[in-house]
Amino acid sequence: MVKKSYILVCGGSACEASKADAIYESFKKVLEDEGLKNDVQVVKTGCFGFCEKGPIVKILPEEEFYVEVKPEDADEIVHETIIKGRPVQRLLYKDKDLKVDPKADKFDMSKIGFYQKQFRIVLRNCGFIDPENIDEYIARDGYQALEKAITQLGPDGIINEVKTSGLRGRGGAGFPTWIKWNTTKGVSAPQKYVVCNADEGDPGAYMDRSTLEGDPHSVLEAMTIAGYCVGASKGIIYIRAEYPLAIKRLEVAMAQSREYGLLGDDILGTGFNFDIEIRLGAGAFVCGEETALLRSIEGNRGMPTPKPPFPAVEGLWHCPTVINNVETYANIPVIVLKGGEWFKSIGTEKSPGTKVFALTGKINNSGLVEVPMGTTLREIIYDIGGGIRNGKAFKAVQTGGPSGGVITTENLDTGIDFDALARIGSMMGSGGMIVMSEEDCIVDVVKFYMTFCVDESCGKCSPCRIGTRKLLDYLTKISNGNGTMEDLDKMTEIGMAMKKAALCGLGQTAANPVLSTMRYFKDEYIQHVQDKKCVAGKCINLIRYEIDPSKCIGCTLCSKRCPAGAITGEKKMAHKIDQAKCVKCGECYKGCKFGAISKI
Amino acid sequence: MAKMTLEALRALREGKKAEIDRRETDGKDVHIIIGMGTCGIAAGAKQVLEAFINEIDAKKIENVTVKQTGCMGLCYVEPTVEVKVPGMPDTIYGKVDADVAKKILKDHVVGKKLVSDHIFDRPSTDILK
Ligand SMILES: Cc1cc2nc3c(=O)[nH]c(=O)nc-3n(C[C@H](O)[C@H](O)[C@H](O)COP(=O)(O)O)c2cc1C
Repeated sequence: MVKKSYILVCGGSACEASKADAIYESFKKVLEDEGLKNDVQVVKTGCFGFCEKGPIVKILPEEEFYVEVKPEDADEIVHETIIKGRPVQRLLYKDKDLKVDPKADKFDMSKIGFYQKQFRIVLRNCGFIDPENIDEYIARDGYQALEKAITQLGPDGIINEVKTSGLRGRGGAGFPTWIKWNTTKGVSAPQKYVVCNADEGDPGAYMDRSTLEGDPHSVLEAMTIAGYCVGASKGIIYIRAEYPLAIKRLEVAMAQSREYGLLGDDILGTGFNFDIEIRLGAGAFVCGEETALLRSIEGNRGMPTPKPPFPAVEGLWHCPTVINNVETYANIPVIVLKGGEWFKSIGTEKSPGTKVFALTGKINNSGLVEVPMGTTLREIIYDIGGGIRNGKAFKAVQTGGPSGGVITTENLDTGIDFDALARIGSMMGSGGMIVMSEEDCIVDVVKFYMTFCVDESCGKCSPCRIGTRKLLDYLTKISNGNGTMEDLDKMTEIGMAMKKAALCGLGQTAANPVLSTMRYFKDEYIQHVQDKKCVAGKCINLIRYEIDPSKCIGCTLCSKRCPAGAITGEKKMAHKIDQAKCVKCGECYKGCKFGAISKI
Repeated sequence: MAKMTLEALRALREGKKAEIDRRETDGKDVHIIIGMGTCGIAAGAKQVLEAFINEIDAKKIENVTVKQTGCMGLCYVEPTVEVKVPGMPDTIYGKVDADVAKKILKDHVVGKKLVSDHIFDRPSTDILK
């Protein structure tokens, strides 16, 4: 027979350590005693996140979510929730500070799982629909926003809703979307364009790719609404060629939309014409910058041009152009459909709505998360991300990619939005969030970003071309143990000059990783310079491997593993590392079964 | 299908919604939905899809639809699969491989019991419901 209820006991490694097994057994016993074992199934699950509040138990179909459960609680949960259908109040998760306004009307709060810190507007369809089947999108209110925009709101009404919503661009800068749209709408021109920025160049970011792969129609619908609003008949999606699946899904979606008359001439019989084409980018980071992107579409070399003129007034082929990011667009159908007021009730006052982050690095549950603005880093890392991998200590999070900075322990409880991040010297960026643990070296990480910027600088302006190179030289010098205290001052000086003098956002922000880490991790730089030490053991010129002769039994394993022939010694006698030959690969250290090799 | 008018679009939407409701109340069809974003595919989602289809054929299990969807965001446990069996809670499984796929068909779809150790939580409430 079909079981009627299910008890899910979190079996993630953190919960497992805190008695998941005992809880599981305890439930089994209670069910047995009550004669319910055929009606209720107890299962162990994968990690639910929330490891700080573990062990977690979830009851289905009631959807009750219990935290900090003890084996003794099984009895009460079975009697109350399973038998009587009542929640056990004391075990329920309670969220003190909601980021979604419970007073907002038209929204049934009882349906929200408060323990689920995520709130999905942009990713609303990802994982629900078949992205290659337009009917599934339509069944989930798809193209209803377009319908409403054309038949009820009209261009002014759309601007009004977007303005009320307070939506700010998700491509990084956080500029109010309605101002761009209103500007383009206000210029009279025979041809206008709507462009979608799907270049997504930040290392570690893949939110836009996933959105396009999982829900391509949401972006097509939004661009069509934008076209109708500003009076454009052509849309262009600029997407990097490294995203073949996203491109394919977009092509399939566009073909289906055309077939249904949702793109093309006389859309839905309303007389409005709009079509979209795809342009492939070759994957240069600077081509994500809007003016460089437009030059690239025009067939020119992807280099930024000075603003003003702003694209909204004079963009693609000198025509007024609305350019927005994928995630910005994906919000639009929901804003149009549910209204600007609804959207504004989510997130913070100055940054309404949600933000999608690609959570990667030394985190247990890496993945895409969408949270209301104002959610703290602690909630993202510990409640959703399941904490730091291998139980290591949290060190910092890098946001904003090569243009951003670090967020450290002292700001773990800062609610994340555009302004808060700028205040603490980082930036929202497009949403890459790379978690670092005590095993990461700050100098090494910044060196990675600076190498990226040196490669990606287009070379047009000297502050960026020369500045990034000089910064990388200093960082390399420091990680090699040859840095001086003056170098640190020089780096700050160069960074400040680049901020002021570079032509585009790339150069203006390329020094941010340096400046931000100088602010929060100066000690670590000084350690590299003065003590010639890299505590995390990442700067290989500053580390040494040594064999403790009292622990070494002469098994010869290390000398066999050493690729440089740097380890010598007789069998059953203590071995020795020739530091001059050692290439610091760490193979001996990883291989030693007796803990005789140490990394200093 | 020919180009649609506003009325046709509305009719299509309502028709599809009604179809989904009917599916939920009728309770005949089983749906197996595989996350096929770049991340899922890289982790082996295509092999999982094949495993489901082959096993459904081999065991002659009826009324099962296998579909694809985009990424749910649970990168750390890809490939992910959602299983909808009438009368049972919709369930998301992670770290699915060919063996787990067979187990899901045997225990969950046929045996009507959840499969231990591979269940994960949907990351958020559906705002469109
Ligand atoms: C170096 C650089 C790279 C950028 N890369 C991207 C990108 O990959 N995707 C994106 O949407 N915006 C990127 N931007 C921001 C765009 O210039 C622009 O602000 C954005 O497309 C505007 O859309 P929004 O208002 O919807 O955010 C980048 C900016 C700079 C300076």
